[in-house]
Amino acid sequence: MAEIQRRSLLAGVLALGAGACSKIAASDTGQSLFEAAEDGHRAVQRALAGKQGLAPEYTRAERSPTFKGNGSVTVEDAFYQEQLAKGFPEWRLMVGGLVEQPLALSLSDVRALPQRTQITRHDCVEGWSAIGEWTGPQLSALLDAARIREGANFILFRCADTLYGNAYYESIDMVEAYHPQTIIAHLLNGEPLPEKNGAPLRARIERQLGYKHAKYLTGIEAVASLDDIGKGKGGFWEDLAGYQWYAGI
Amino acid sequence: MIKHALSTRLWHWVNAAAIIVLFMSGLNISNAHRYLYWGNYGFDPKDAWLSVIRFPGWATLPQHYNLAMARDWHILGAWPFGVGLLFIWVAMLVNGHFRRRLVTRPSDWTPAAVIASLKAHSADGSDAGHGYNPAQKILYGGVFGVLLPLMVFTGLAISPGFQAAAPWLLEVLGGRQSARSLHFIAAWGLFGFFVIHIVLAVTDWRLILEMFTGGRIAAPAAAVPPIEEPITEGAPDHG
Repeated sequence: MAEIQRRSLLAGVLALGAGACSKIAASDTGQSLFEAAEDGHRAVQRALAGKQGLAPEYTRAERSPTFKGNGSVTVEDAFYQEQLAKGFPEWRLMVGGLVEQPLALSLSDVRALPQRTQITRHDCVEGWSAIGEWTGPQLSALLDAARIREGANFILFRCADTLYGNAYYESIDMVEAYHPQTIIAHLLNGEPLPEKNGAPLRARIERQLGYKHAKYLTGIEAVASLDDIGKGKGGFWEDLAGYQWYAGI
Repeated sequence: MIKHALSTRLWHWVNAAAIIVLFMSGLNISNAHRYLYWGNYGFDPKDAWLSVIRFPGWATLPQHYNLAMARDWHILGAWPFGVGLLFIWVAMLVNGHFRRRLVTRPSDWTPAAVIASLKAHSADGSDAGHGYNPAQKILYGGVFGVLLPLMVFTGLAISPGFQAAAPWLLEVLGGRQSARSLHFIAAWGLFGFFVIHIVLAVTDWRLILEMFTGGRIAAPAAAVPPIEEPITEGAPDHG
């Protein structure tokens, strides 16, 4: 009898705990606790790694045999499909926002810039990892060519793909934007990006999770604030599902 | 003399709450990709060494599948868990708990010593000797020295932002997917300890009460001062 009472007490305590947890999570205090915890991880990671600390790079032999495509794996748009078939001759990457010199880069412009090749690991928020060799110009080279203006705090990536009826977008801070491994990749394993991996251009943000690595890039914007973009949380998954804006954890 | 130091009691309950939050939110995160791999990469279920069950809602935090909220809880719980572990290790080294209760002698590791301590424990529910018996020392030592630190280090290694700070950590652990697998294994190892710990503790509610109040160590039966052990800890220790 005593055993049964103890068991129901335990079940009651667990249910109470779970109920309390959902109340905490829904409250303002809970939300600011979560934000403080996330900010703390970012501060510690940045302090230990330094702003320019590199993510590990691998050898060709260490690459995964294939590179998984996830999220959007195609763009259902006539212009995109036509450009994909032709090798993106009329595709333009716009670099704008808080810059002195807005740019409209063709793929040959992107290929003409100094290139960085890196074999890095891609970690999805779900838990899986793939390793691939990426080639493209450093984002910093594009931002320097466009000359960032005072007051720009974030770099925004605009994308051609839509998911659940909303345009995909992502954003990073200036530390990550000027990180040496942050590149605009046009090659994967020496070949033009496959459609499922974001053809013709995708961002590589090597110290953060996969959802930051925006695919099917159409534009790069320097902005002061993320408040008026999308639902204001800084990215497609952040807006839709509440994913953490800092994806280094 | 007080049986449980204030530092021990504080850490015990904060850590208990942190572990429950981390374990239940971790089960929710596991549901996002239910396959475990060895090495650096892994995304194809056919390469997995383990296909994990889908954990039911009642076992997860929150109680329905929500990766973003589960990660919020996991990221928050990691702070009291990781900082707490550092705190209790410093406290145990300073207050002598580590030296008196966790350090084993080679003789503690013989099967005979372990079997004897288990028999004595089950016979009268208490230990005649001072401090922890060999089985307890090995169990607690494994938890403090192996499982808890392994949770922290594998957790840090899985974070892509942390790898830039300590790339050696991933190498030691055998790659990112290996670190993720070890994180999972160590979590279930802790769960196993948790079950033993709870079962033994509920056999005597006073033990749980003492983890709040601190409890008292019974005075020695005879007025003969102990010779070998300067600290008299004759009270039974369970779980």
